[in-house]
Amino acid sequence: MTTTAAAVDRSAAAATAGALLEVAGVRKEFPGVLALDDVSFRLKAGTVHALMGENGAGKSTLMKIIAGIYQPDSGSFRLRGQDIRLQSPLDALENGIAMIHQELNLMPFMTVAENIWIRREPKTRLGFVDHAALHRKTAALFEKLKINIDPEIEVRELSVASRQMVEIAKAVSYQSDVLIMDEPTSALTEREVSHLFEIIRDLQAQGKGIVYITHKMNELFEIADEVSVFRDGRYIGTRAASEVTRDDIIRMMVGREITQMFPKETVPIGDVRLSVRNLTLKGVFHDVSFDVRAGEIIGFAGLVGSGRSNVAETLFGVTPATSGEIFINGKKAAIATPADAMKHGMAFLTEDRKETGCFLILDVLENMQIAILNQGFSRAGFVAEREVEKNCEQMRNALRVKTPDLHERVENLSGGNQQKVLIGRWLLTHPKILILDEPTRGIDVGAKAEIHKLITRLAGEGVAVIMISSEMPEVLGMSDRIMVMHEGRVTGFLDRTEADQVKIMELAAH
Amino acid sequence: MATEHATKATASEAPRRRRLPPEANIFFVLIGIALFFEIVGWLLVGQSFLFNSQRLTVMILQVAVIGIIAVGVTQVIITGGVDLSSGSVVGVTAMIAASFAQNSDYARAVYPSLTDLPVIFPIAVGLLVGLVAGLINGSLIAYTGIPPFIATLGMMVAARGVAKWYTRGQPVSMLQDDYAAIGANVDLLGMSVPVPVIIFLVVAAIFHVALRYTRYGKFTYAIGANVQAARVSGINVGRHLIKVYAIAGLLSGLAGVVLSARAITGQASMGVSYELDAIAAAVIGGTSLAGGVGRITGTVIGTIILGVMTSGFTFLRIDAYYQEIVKGIIIVAAVIIDQYRQRRRRKA
Repeated sequence: MTTTAAAVDRSAAAATAGALLEVAGVRKEFPGVLALDDVSFRLKAGTVHALMGENGAGKSTLMKIIAGIYQPDSGSFRLRGQDIRLQSPLDALENGIAMIHQELNLMPFMTVAENIWIRREPKTRLGFVDHAALHRKTAALFEKLKINIDPEIEVRELSVASRQMVEIAKAVSYQSDVLIMDEPTSALTEREVSHLFEIIRDLQAQGKGIVYITHKMNELFEIADEVSVFRDGRYIGTRAASEVTRDDIIRMMVGREITQMFPKETVPIGDVRLSVRNLTLKGVFHDVSFDVRAGEIIGFAGLVGSGRSNVAETLFGVTPATSGEIFINGKKAAIATPADAMKHGMAFLTEDRKETGCFLILDVLENMQIAILNQGFSRAGFVAEREVEKNCEQMRNALRVKTPDLHERVENLSGGNQQKVLIGRWLLTHPKILILDEPTRGIDVGAKAEIHKLITRLAGEGVAVIMISSEMPEVLGMSDRIMVMHEGRVTGFLDRTEADQVKIMELAAH
Repeated sequence: MATEHATKATASEAPRRRRLPPEANIFFVLIGIALFFEIVGWLLVGQSFLFNSQRLTVMILQVAVIGIIAVGVTQVIITGGVDLSSGSVVGVTAMIAASFAQNSDYARAVYPSLTDLPVIFPIAVGLLVGLVAGLINGSLIAYTGIPPFIATLGMMVAARGVAKWYTRGQPVSMLQDDYAAIGANVDLLGMSVPVPVIIFLVVAAIFHVALRYTRYGKFTYAIGANVQAARVSGINVGRHLIKVYAIAGLLSGLAGVVLSARAITGQASMGVSYELDAIAAAVIGGTSLAGGVGRITGTVIGTIILGVMTSGFTFLRIDAYYQEIVKGIIIVAAVIIDQYRQRRRRKA
């Protein structure tokens, strides 16, 4: 096949030239926002190059330009020393540049093999898809990458982590020299992350250049050779990963010092607000019991799929329990719907901002007000518009949501600002029990710190907080107590003073 | 900080972007179409298209009936659903309502003992029939989880069946004058105005306000924008959907009453394909079939556009076949333009 021959040529050329990919002077303006301003970037063959920066810093925009998704206003692009101009993602793929997106782009009702080879299916002589060959090629690809997924299974049956692996395999199948990964580990468990890193090291050894966008500092030091930092659409600098410290990078990213990552304060712990006894959702989790007191932050730790989020959903009435009891302020509460839970002073920030949180096509006001409309902000069915707007405006200012006004569509906001809007939605209800599922997933360092501060403040005001997080430092830094789950069962509780990463992992992996 | 400068840039942009309401575009299209017929009318037929009270009345009446339905259908589409049953519900309510509005001097009345009833009675029966049809639609969708397309397709076929079965296909005629008055004209401020138009405008005004200013409206948009997020926000999605479909059914019932009063007869074939006109009106008016987007004002303009076109083609004596072809093209074009506009906005 000609593509394979071309690929061989390409990697030979890449080996001789120092820079695999070189971009300079890139400028991209969206209406009203200068997303990239005179940005340069150099990727060497056989290296992992991390990109860091707060959300909205321009790293994703730059990568989307390199992957042919956006067209730049100006800038020069050299791939293996040749000037290129990419018109479309397909163009980029054919030139050996593949991007693995933050939002996965697989077709759920097609098999893994069909997804990988789409548009390039092996054909029989009659022009039908050659399924045997399709299976063979996929199996060979997976073996090379040490991925253990059945090529014949439909993608919708796979976990997020497995889908991520399929995406990576797909990118590799294009014989790409440049692989761009946009926060590939945001939904992966620790074990899956180390598998991913193995794959990345393999690719690196084959001379590929890997761009790795991440918010996680420890990954940077584990996998990256170089790191480039962006801030506010500008390129700040590139350093060798071995020569920088965490603080150096944070300073480059925010342009100021963050002295304390987790602003945990000890606050007086009050009475038991929420008490859960033998809560069970058949087939999902069993016999979960715990108490949360006013002012207390209890962290739920465990691997993805351990049932942490399911417990939260059941507490909030999204999926009512099959057995067990919930007591609120000592009184037994029947919670069958989210409305019931809200009546008991509960609020629930869900794990998936886009799927179960935001109304993307609606504006900030419409997103923020929705939970309080059943709470006295309407008279005879009519919404008390001025009062609602005033409250939302105050909340927007208090949370420092970056938006020109309340009438901006939420889909135009960055991830961190979307998250703040959702937090605002729930804070307006003045919750007594706040459940936060991955409150800082996929948001930038600055917004993260603000949210952590806010959680601390709420606890100080006597709110009982349940916080689910896959980020170990976050759980350890924020929680008074940590409940660890494994395969639908609680495997232990750890006090703040005794908890550490190793102990949690022991309980989580059991 | 640069994010700050970005925010500022957007803010300065805002006044320029916050401009005409979204209906403005479609309103200009309406004016353009009307002017086109006016000019071509003078050139080809030698008379005015717009300034002809007879033609205007016919047009307005057609707009009123479709419009009443479209107000309900718009709300259904905003939730992300669709209602295919409205035309059939018009048929069945026209028949049943008319059967309670017959004259006593008519020997072959459907209910010989129930003639000359007070006019409120057939109206109430008609509205009730529509409401029940809508409640069935809504309950099916809320409690069995079947797609709205299927639930209302079933209702569409079944309700048409009921309409035909009701009198074994016979029309229901000889209706009382009181009932016929619902479809006639009244004097309003010295002008003779068709009652259906008044009903349409009142209905449109009520639901315009309901969608924009009430909790009902906010929940309707929220469900259409993201049903899962709506559920987690404490909205009882099932109950709300039942309300929305019940309202759509009720309005179809009202349209059936108006139509039978205007025609002074009830016929089983009444309202055939009205559901499609109503959906088309909503879509032309900017309602997105993906849910979460749409306004009653847009639907009203969309309905008028459809009415003007039908009337204009007839005025130019263009064959009815061509009318349908062009109407089809306009509906598709409206959605293409709308999607293009939305994509541009999203990039912004």
